[in-house]
Amino acid sequence: MLKILKYSTYDLLRSRWAYLYLAFFLLFSGGLLFLSGDVSKVVISLMNVILILCPLIATMFGVMYYYNSREFTELLLAQPIRRRTIFLGQYLGLAISLSVSLVLGIGIPFIAYGILRGPEIWNFFTLISNGVLLTFIFSGLAFLIGLKNENKIRGFGMAIVLWLFFAVVYDGLFLLSLILFKEYPLEGFSLAATVLNPIDLSRIMILLKLDISALMGYTGAVFQKFLGTALGMGLSLLTLALWTGLPVWAIQQVAKRKDF
Amino acid sequence: MIEFKNIEKAFGKNEVLQGIDLRFTQTGRISAVLGPNGSGKTTLIKSLLGMVLPDEGSIEVNGQPIRREWAYRNQIDYLPQIARFPENLRVAELLRMIKDIRGGASRDEELINRFGLQPFLDKRLGTLSGGTKQKVNLTLALMYDSPIVILDEPTSGLDPVAMIQLKELIRQEKAHGKMVLITTHIMSFVEEMADEIVFLLDGKIYFRGSVAEIKTQHQAEGLEEAIAGILKGQLSATARTVAEPKSALQSIMSHLQTA
Repeated sequence: MLKILKYSTYDLLRSRWAYLYLAFFLLFSGGLLFLSGDVSKVVISLMNVILILCPLIATMFGVMYYYNSREFTELLLAQPIRRRTIFLGQYLGLAISLSVSLVLGIGIPFIAYGILRGPEIWNFFTLISNGVLLTFIFSGLAFLIGLKNENKIRGFGMAIVLWLFFAVVYDGLFLLSLILFKEYPLEGFSLAATVLNPIDLSRIMILLKLDISALMGYTGAVFQKFLGTALGMGLSLLTLALWTGLPVWAIQQVAKRKDF
Repeated sequence: MIEFKNIEKAFGKNEVLQGIDLRFTQTGRISAVLGPNGSGKTTLIKSLLGMVLPDEGSIEVNGQPIRREWAYRNQIDYLPQIARFPENLRVAELLRMIKDIRGGASRDEELINRFGLQPFLDKRLGTLSGGTKQKVNLTLALMYDSPIVILDEPTSGLDPVAMIQLKELIRQEKAHGKMVLITTHIMSFVEEMADEIVFLLDGKIYFRGSVAEIKTQHQAEGLEEAIAGILKGQLSATARTVAEPKSALQSIMSHLQTA
């Protein structure tokens, strides 16, 4: 699998997109850091960008990469290699190269700023690891969409809908239901609703870590109140791990039964 | 040895393979799998490679069932029908990559020389002509020197020089005791090269035997006529069995399209 991983990473790093993505984060986080100088504020601004952008890029890039590498996949399928190896290798190659762009793009400015010596290092670490987790989750989901849909246009459409749903529509529906059912106790519901969306979950994780109740939405308050910081973090991590693992498992199941 | 046992495969409502029983036991022999478009040739070959998973039946290579296996593909050299490669890679990179991934001995130098590919080694695959792509495809497929060789439409896009080289190469493989399976629509190629013919029609084996046998059976001068005879016979049989004139016309039209 390492060889497949190597070649798909190599292939991705050759495309300009990976560098564009890196350059964007370098400029953005560097600019914010050196202009504002307040690490906490920068982490929060970056959080909002990462929560929207990482899933978007991972989903779109994921389906694009899947469809673009279809020829190569067919070539590999005729070779003495396990199917699982091919798809896991490609998925990991994609998720890892996107994550590398993200980590370097945000890491380099922060390290240049001297985050390693400051007390904010854990906030920074939470931010980055959430970005990486979201990248893994959404590239997995994108791969799954690609595998399930032979039709590229439909695949791209579904990918956009997937991102739009988790990044925008979900919160809208969530708020709407909170307003509609405001007479009822909604703590359990909002907790469950948050856990079911990896983007919301990441937001909660970062906010809980930053410990800034002023900026918390309703969901954050519920988490803070019911779970306390340690337990809340544990539960969030567990669910994010599930969100990361399930698409990978599903990729294997679909790939196992697919005709090429 | 390759054995197909009662293979059935449908894509949606389209039943491509309907109970194929086929054994290839002899080495040093060239078998041609023929049939009109959509008769299931490629599906049959892809199921041997595990790329298509049959709904029913089993396939064995050297006595081992291949379902969920992968190591057996070390025994097979496979030339896909349509040469599709990652467009932004260079020829040399692609060859190096597949060699690295698959490992083991390789005779790519010999094949590159044979097909005159040296001037193209540094070109990107997306910029190559159809024929040159097919030569790369052949090099990629045959560089492993495996005991089973499967060629899906090997002649497509080749110029006469490359064609002669390909024939020579296939004869050489036969002489080295390999089992060669070819699908093609070029009947002269089959007449010249194949030791036996497997003729697929509507997902079943319609005929299996030598070129001479099919010719005498259908009282035809050449293989092309014999095959055309089979297809026409099939056509009139369909027309007879269909009572309604309108649907008979439709079925004739669809047969004309596939034939």
